[in-house]
Amino acid sequence: MSGHESTYKPGTGIEKWIDARLPIVRLVHDSFVGFPVAKNLNYWWTFGAILAVCLVTQIITGIVLAMHYVPHVDMAFASVERIMRDVEYGWLIRYIHANGASMFFLAVYIHMFRGLYYGSYKAPREISWILGVIIYLLMMGTAFMGYVLPWGQMSLHGASVITNLIGAIPLVGEQIKIWLQGAPSIGNATLNRFFSLHYLLPFMIAGVVILHIWAFHTTGNNNPTGVDVKDEKKDTVPFHPYYTVKDGFAIIVFLMIFAGFVFYAPNVLGHADNYIEGNPLKTPAHIVPEWYLLPFYAILRAITFDIGPIPAKLGGVIAMFGAIAVLFVLPWLDTSKVRSLRYRPLARQFFLGFVAVCLLLGVAGASNPDDIVIKTGEDTLRYEVSLEEAPEALAVAEAHHGKIVSSNSERVIVDFAHYEDAVEFAEASGTTAEATVKHHGLTWLPVAQLLTFLYFAYFLIIIPLLGLIERPKDEPESIADSIHKSNGSADAVAAE
Amino acid sequence: MTDETYTETVDEDRRDFIHIAAGAAVAGGAGALAWPFIAQMLPALDTRAASSLEVPITDIPEGGEIRVLIGGKPFFIRHRTAAEIAAAESVEAGDLPDPQTDEERLVARADGTLNPAILVVSGSCTHLGCVPVGPGSNTGEFGGWYCPCHGSHYDTSGRIRKGPAPTNLPVPTYEYNADGSAVTISL
Repeated sequence: MSGHESTYKPGTGIEKWIDARLPIVRLVHDSFVGFPVAKNLNYWWTFGAILAVCLVTQIITGIVLAMHYVPHVDMAFASVERIMRDVEYGWLIRYIHANGASMFFLAVYIHMFRGLYYGSYKAPREISWILGVIIYLLMMGTAFMGYVLPWGQMSLHGASVITNLIGAIPLVGEQIKIWLQGAPSIGNATLNRFFSLHYLLPFMIAGVVILHIWAFHTTGNNNPTGVDVKDEKKDTVPFHPYYTVKDGFAIIVFLMIFAGFVFYAPNVLGHADNYIEGNPLKTPAHIVPEWYLLPFYAILRAITFDIGPIPAKLGGVIAMFGAIAVLFVLPWLDTSKVRSLRYRPLARQFFLGFVAVCLLLGVAGASNPDDIVIKTGEDTLRYEVSLEEAPEALAVAEAHHGKIVSSNSERVIVDFAHYEDAVEFAEASGTTAEATVKHHGLTWLPVAQLLTFLYFAYFLIIIPLLGLIERPKDEPESIADSIHKSNGSADAVAAE
Repeated sequence: MTDETYTETVDEDRRDFIHIAAGAAVAGGAGALAWPFIAQMLPALDTRAASSLEVPITDIPEGGEIRVLIGGKPFFIRHRTAAEIAAAESVEAGDLPDPQTDEERLVARADGTLNPAILVVSGSCTHLGCVPVGPGSNTGEFGGWYCPCHGSHYDTSGRIRKGPAPTNLPVPTYEYNADGSAVTISL
């Protein structure tokens, strides 16, 4: 699994016998023991190993949960509650699995941002990056289907919103939707197949992970300087014990945070609505996906306008999938020859801005698009009445400090700053129409639209342009050189 | 041994034919075998059989509605008040986001007359499929239904009036029974 010459030496006769028939010990040795790794990897590089731990955790806890879970609409919810209450340690295993999904995504986002920062997607590691994006897509599919299984209110209606997106595809969308659901709506058939696929996909992830490792073991790991290994003796150390120990330490710290969630805040990342059994006749007031999908949900909802012949709904779906699709072509969008942003001061500023955009998109996804971000005025009460009902409405409105927003021959709309004024107006004009509260300020919708634009602009405009106009700092001669410099002179340390 | 040499004549055309024929047989076989594995995900026969329902309408109180699930899909059967019918009929259809008159949204009884008191519509918001709330909860600004997910307002004819939903609540395929006491809704 490596382009590097094997350092495995079978010691005993049995080892030699096996090595001549199935060199599996050699493969493991060359991949995870003797494999030469750049000696300057920092802690951002430990998230690969952390992710491997996450995947194994999810698979083991998932297999156990499947022993007790019943994939039927009448029994799924109760079987999950039974796991929580009656199955020995069921609560622990389910909380590990549920929070494990969040921890998995937390780690994968850090891992991806690390790849972006240090240019790990650039030649010759394009295939490693693309396989990583495929893993990420599989993770999202797995997480989405897993969230449906408890058959709570958010499970059911979240799934319904997402599968309805497929209905936005012109001509064949509705047929594909019915095919995926196995019925005209989300029901038992859907639950069954989601359970089956939720069990399958993690093993597909494991398969792609092997390809991912194979790919970057062929090219060699990237490193914080982005400079290639020039002299294996000077620039690298063997994976074991140097990085097994470093990764092991990071895993322990990560598991402590993980345990903090499992034991002290097991539901803080979930939604209370999902502890109500799914009811197709009652939609929760505020449907939101799990936190790790929120930025994409924000992008989906930001497209509220038709783009030429593309209706808004389809536009939102295209934008959402486009936000992931753009990652596939990133290696060819970047025009810079320098990998690491350590030596690209301008690109580094934009990168930090991009991280902020992603986080803010998450907040936008969690918020109602009509909620106010920045308040520009006090709430007012709006009255809308027909003049036939209230011929003196105009006069009354003026008399009570109301502000007439618009009026035509039939209807008059009056805004009041104070509830008392509105009540007085209603009594004087003899109408019983209810007032609606109107908020004044900047809502989330335009903010989400701006953030969506910035997200795409980063990949499609800023990254290609920066490589052409930016003047990077000098890269170190070699990995060893960068270490000696930063250890040797105080200036170099400060410059880091 | 023998000095005899064998010369083999290769008929390239014959080999190409065998290659192409074998390849086509494998591709055709794989395609034919793939179809059952794709089609098994379509709605099963029992699911399709459960796609219509007879709903008695005589017990619905005026101003109220009943909600039924057919194949998991929600439908509203509403007994409209005179004021609600008048509100639905008074609107100029041309001004609406999805122009339709109230009459176009009704189905005739067995004797050919319309029954404006009973309105049958789908209970899935045309925006993203949430179930709107209605009489007894919040009927929105136009007295029909209100979708709490993203704020779509429907009028007393189930037509979209305000909010992100692109089209009216669809009227399903349904028919009155002979004496007009029930409707049979099919998907």
